[in-house]
Amino acid sequence: MSDEGRAVVAAVKAVAERLEAERSHLTELDSAIGDADHGGNMARGWSAAAEEVAELDDPDPATVVKTTGKTLMSEVGGASGPLYGGSLVFASAELEDGVTAESAVAFAETYLEKVQDRGDATVGDKTMVDALVPAVHTFKKSVETDDLSPVEALAKAVAAAERGVDFTVPIRASKGRASYLGWRSVGHQDPGATSTLYIMEELLSVAQEELEVAEEPTVDAASPTVPDGEEATED
Amino acid sequence: MVGLVVVSHSRKAAEGIAEVATEMGGDTRIEPVGGDGQGGIGTVPDDIVDALDAAEEGDGVVVLVDLGSAVMNADVAIEMSDADAVVADAPVLEGAVNAAVAATSPKATLDSVREQAEAARDVDKL
Repeated sequence: MSDEGRAVVAAVKAVAERLEAERSHLTELDSAIGDADHGGNMARGWSAAAEEVAELDDPDPATVVKTTGKTLMSEVGGASGPLYGGSLVFASAELEDGVTAESAVAFAETYLEKVQDRGDATVGDKTMVDALVPAVHTFKKSVETDDLSPVEALAKAVAAAERGVDFTVPIRASKGRASYLGWRSVGHQDPGATSTLYIMEELLSVAQEELEVAEEPTVDAASPTVPDGEEATED
Repeated sequence: MVGLVVVSHSRKAAEGIAEVATEMGGDTRIEPVGGDGQGGIGTVPDDIVDALDAAEEGDGVVVLVDLGSAVMNADVAIEMSDADAVVADAPVLEGAVNAAVAATSPKATLDSVREQAEAARDVDKL
């Protein structure tokens, strides 16, 4: 349990570092079609979350995720607070019995459901949902139908999210601040979809590192085979 | 009495709107809230929770909001707060004025105040 918790803390730290590195890029994207605060909001929120979770005493994964979400909710003064933070808090309940292939799928689905419910957006609205939906669906299918390991499934999901981000470029925004621009939002990549991809990329890289470090598979009833040597599947 | 909360991305805008609505609102409790908590433009749920708690006098609270993330953060705050609160799907200033007037009625309920706020959507100016 504590190993899993530590891995999730490492993931939050990795996300915070990545978003800090991408701060100006995200701000640039958000300047084109939004209110130019996404880079700052995300970097600030996740860095506060990384500090909060580092303070936790031997936490379980659900507690780390919940703490991250709560911190985002109070630190991010924009839509990303309720969307990222609120959805993490809500979905963290799925990880209460630890991180398994099965609970990770449930977490991803619940997270997506909450984002869509809160933001009232569907695929094609030019939002983070355009990256999330293909990612979550791909993750679920990879685990449940294709019998891939969770890390292989996550790699597939990241590739799907990347295509989702590309998909946001040519479409017109119909949700969020970008929708005020109408046709002028066409041709710009959505900042929320982009930050969603960055978060997933960091989760993948931490998951790969953690499993390479862990010689022995974590106790995991849902996925009997844990590959010992990760081969990231490249399309 | 039914209380009101006005949520805007700008704290100043929320205060100004509450000021306008107060002229028509008699003793109605109208709480303005807004800003990102760090002096910038935005909304945060924790501040909205405080406003909801301050506006709740036993008959519920109608929440007026400006833009997208204010709606989301108001929803989050309502989930966090013990106040019996609903968001009105209404223009923020006109809705606040309508709601303030509706709240002064002795028969005012949470639903009647919200309905009056939402009626402001159909008011033509010209």
